[in-house]
Amino acid sequence: MRLSFIFSEMWIGLRRNVTMTLGVLVTTAVALTLLGVGLFIWAQVNSMQDFWYNKVEVTVYLCGKQTQTSTCQQSGAITPQQQSQLKSQLESMPQVQHVYYESEAQAYQRFRDQFKTSPVLVENTREGEVPASFRVKLKDPTKYAVVTSAVQGRPGVSTVYDFRAVLGKFFNILNSVRNGALLLAGFGLLAALLLIGNTIRLAAFSRRRETGIMRLVGASNFAIQMPFLMEGAITGFLGGAVASSAVYGLKALVDWKIRPAFLTFAFLGWGSVHLIVVVLLVVGVLLSMLSSFFTIRRYLHV
Amino acid sequence: MISFEDVTKLYPTQTRPALQNVSVEVEKGEFIFLVGASGSGKSTFLRLVLREERATGGDVHVAGKDLSRLSSWKVPQLRRQIGCVFQDFRLLPNKNVRENVAFALEVLGKNRKLINRWVPETLELVGLDGKAERLPDELSGGEQQRVAIARAFVNRPMILLADEPTGNLDPATSIGIMKILDRINRTGTTVVMATHDAAIVDSMRKRVVELEFGKVVRDQSRGVYGYSS
Repeated sequence: MRLSFIFSEMWIGLRRNVTMTLGVLVTTAVALTLLGVGLFIWAQVNSMQDFWYNKVEVTVYLCGKQTQTSTCQQSGAITPQQQSQLKSQLESMPQVQHVYYESEAQAYQRFRDQFKTSPVLVENTREGEVPASFRVKLKDPTKYAVVTSAVQGRPGVSTVYDFRAVLGKFFNILNSVRNGALLLAGFGLLAALLLIGNTIRLAAFSRRRETGIMRLVGASNFAIQMPFLMEGAITGFLGGAVASSAVYGLKALVDWKIRPAFLTFAFLGWGSVHLIVVVLLVVGVLLSMLSSFFTIRRYLHV
Repeated sequence: MISFEDVTKLYPTQTRPALQNVSVEVEKGEFIFLVGASGSGKSTFLRLVLREERATGGDVHVAGKDLSRLSSWKVPQLRRQIGCVFQDFRLLPNKNVRENVAFALEVLGKNRKLINRWVPETLELVGLDGKAERLPDELSGGEQQRVAIARAFVNRPMILLADEPTGNLDPATSIGIMKILDRINRTGTTVVMATHDAAIVDSMRKRVVELEFGKVVRDQSRGVYGYSS
């Protein structure tokens, strides 16, 4: 079977029902774009989670003289004895890698550095109002709950603050956006699959004369199916290409608009985006070829 | 070349078999007419040879192959040794004469050089040299059937099946078609022709196999169309 012949037959098929081909192309492109966005968010969330969870510390705030929380009002400021007991307890836990003490003076200094753009806030805060704390670095960031529950409520402990609880809400939102995109992508792909099947069926019908003759003169099944499979593959590939440019566009938009505002975030690199694009193209081509293949089996009787 | 041994074909939706205990032997290079009324089983006979259908009972051998044991992916190989001509020509309307004939070779993956040699040769054989660039619409019925014959024969098959090839043609044109089939037969190709055309059968004086209600009622060398019709 010569390639030029397959391609000319395929081209005739694509041109003959150009509206259906376009319909398939758009559906496939939309579905694959959603899949791409879903994968994009998924990869982004993963890289952000890795980034943040590696930095996760459990912060154990200690009661100072001026601390207003209810636990501190009962127990009063932490005594040096309680403090050293707490420290050795944290250090003895197997999940803990390192315990670092931040005094009230150091905490105040850091507070001033962090909020130097809001002078009013800094002027109204005095040393001693920012509590001292133990910053606990964990060996395994997912084990934060063990540490939290061990020291929560102990005398002299004001609150136990764990980064993950705050980040968790943020990640939950991103994850549901991702799930939504993937779900829509699933429906879109299903629609694309059916549409491709239907288009190939139409193509098979409009070329039944040709395929009939091909069968009669003894063309191999492969030769008969190939133009249809190629038609499917080309449409799938074009759909994938459109979706890929959408994903590249998204990446460029993120870099341009969002990245400057969140410099500390870990953003997705071009490498991962290229990988997503490869996935989209492969899924597009395979899916449509698969759909074509099964439709041809049914309608071409080969 | 073609051998039917006690062949029965029963279509699933029918109670009477289309062919019933048919035994026919066709030698290499023979020319035979299949005659009989509509529904007598002529077309079923041809479909069994092509393995478009499988026999319900008995053995069909074509070109040395036992068709009941031929796996379906080998059917294309069988069909490359059989050319086929029909009453309704079955040409591709948007391809010209040369392209129609070349199509049969192209789908088999023959190279351009071979196609450029075989197609004009075959067109000359059927008397269509000079009309290679015409579209089927621009040809008479007889000429269209010649294109169909050229397409069936361009691959030099061992067997040529013709299902009422003159059914749509006037007597004078039919004679021309028969001359071509005879010429093809003389190259050593086995020709099996199903027909209703008494005049043609009578004039050719070839072997005649008559079917009636799916049974062979006459198998006569150098026969005529029949006494009754």
